[in-house]
Amino acid sequence: MNTFFQTLIVGLRLGSIYALVALGYTMVYGIIRLINFAHGDFIMVGGYTMIFVMPLMLRLGLPAWLGVLAAIVVCALVGMGTELIAYRPVRRKGTNMTALITAIAMSLFLENLAQAIPAIGPNPKVSSQIFGNGGFKLGTVTMEYTTVITLVISGIVMLVLYAFTQRTRLGRAMRCVSEDKAAATLMGINVNSTILLTFGIGSGLAAIAALMYMAQYPKVYTTMGALLGLKAFVSAVLGGIGIIPGAMLGGIVIGLVESFTTSYISSSMADTFVFLILIVVLIIKPAGILGKNVGEKV
Amino acid sequence: MLEVNNLNVFYGAIHALKGISLTVGDGELVSLIGANGAGKTTTLHAISGLLPIASGSILLDGKDLQKVPSHKIISLGLAHVPEGRHVFARMTVEENLRMGAYIQRDQKSIQKNLDKVYEYFPRLKERWKQLAGTLSGGEQQMLATGRALMTDPTIVLMDEPSMGLSPLLVKEIFSIIETLHRNGITILLVEQNAKMALAVSDRAYVLETGTISMSGKAEELANDDRVRKAYLGA
Repeated sequence: MNTFFQTLIVGLRLGSIYALVALGYTMVYGIIRLINFAHGDFIMVGGYTMIFVMPLMLRLGLPAWLGVLAAIVVCALVGMGTELIAYRPVRRKGTNMTALITAIAMSLFLENLAQAIPAIGPNPKVSSQIFGNGGFKLGTVTMEYTTVITLVISGIVMLVLYAFTQRTRLGRAMRCVSEDKAAATLMGINVNSTILLTFGIGSGLAAIAALMYMAQYPKVYTTMGALLGLKAFVSAVLGGIGIIPGAMLGGIVIGLVESFTTSYISSSMADTFVFLILIVVLIIKPAGILGKNVGEKV
Repeated sequence: MLEVNNLNVFYGAIHALKGISLTVGDGELVSLIGANGAGKTTTLHAISGLLPIASGSILLDGKDLQKVPSHKIISLGLAHVPEGRHVFARMTVEENLRMGAYIQRDQKSIQKNLDKVYEYFPRLKERWKQLAGTLSGGEQQMLATGRALMTDPTIVLMDEPSMGLSPLLVKEIFSIIETLHRNGITILLVEQNAKMALAVSDRAYVLETGTISMSGKAEELANDDRVRKAYLGA
């Protein structure tokens, strides 16, 4: 029983990191039907930003995790820059396939650019400690503070994001653009700047995910976003790509699958199960758990 | 009010509009009739800035719409009810109507317009919480029309409002169009249902493969032999 709860908590923690990254995939997919393969690499961008900013924070007597604010800004700028420089021109001229290939190219470009920067280089860097050590006992289950912080912050971020899309003017504009760009334009919505905003928010979430990830695995390297991004992408597809609550749900499910496989079967099978789930979902319910053909235009 | 001069539009290599000119005066109801593929929808898309134009000019109250970004055109008082309704399917009826007033910030005037639209379309009021994608075709048409009225537009472009509707609903939609016209709203109506369109319009243009072949008072066109043969099935 103890193992079960411990595994459950680890899974939720891992899942909330996947969920934060999956949100970035799903928001961008929802609005321009593009799988932004570079999104995983935004985690790496956020990771390195924190590696460089956290010592400064500590020197100023501030907590290290405040570095995430700088990472959010840098990630948002890199995300919006990617849209402006790489995706927007391609979208105007090319097909969806052209855009997809551009996204893969952007991913490889970011990874290799990072390696080429002397301050980053090919060797992993270790981050300073982000949250305090320790934890408390909940019955027989140990709760690390880091875990609690991860769960609480991800929960808050997701609630705020959901409220933003449902209740605010800009959030509604985003939903309109994702449904119907021509009609959104007729309503007076600037479609291009709404897309840019979506990239900014989605990429900013990757920075928060990077913080949570580094709190557990304090190592940063140029390809750290590749597998993490891929699993988050699987989460987004599992929940129903393009659907914000779907990304949250999918992330949690994938996190749980991974932690339970690790605990009860074998850690070397964890990734296999994650991708097996992707295949099964694509066969049984291609639209994802929450994906429905609601309101197809008549 | 609206003045289109020598408009040329291409879809790739296809010359979709070949130098068409038309005008819509203040408070007028003008219809653009013609067969499928004649370029009616293209004309409206060009006016709303959804399509780039190759040459020609589109003036709204003397203002060149080519110099206005497409999402700003609604702020000049021009609203467009697109063909196929294009309601936001995953939003509720009321959310759709509020999106119609996206450019407005004044909650009081938004509420006033919302009440006005509900008065025009009591059916929408009954269904205000329903997702737009679950409405019937006729209700979606009402919603798309109501949404366009949320900014108090001076001119409304309506694209095939009768498409896919039952004869009863077609009548209902046309009686709304007449009411809007009576209330002083300028309307440019695109219709395949030439009979109904000519019956409510002041003037009309006949579009044939990208050129305007005839124009004049709606009454006269309705009695013209060529129009009767080609479009009225007489």
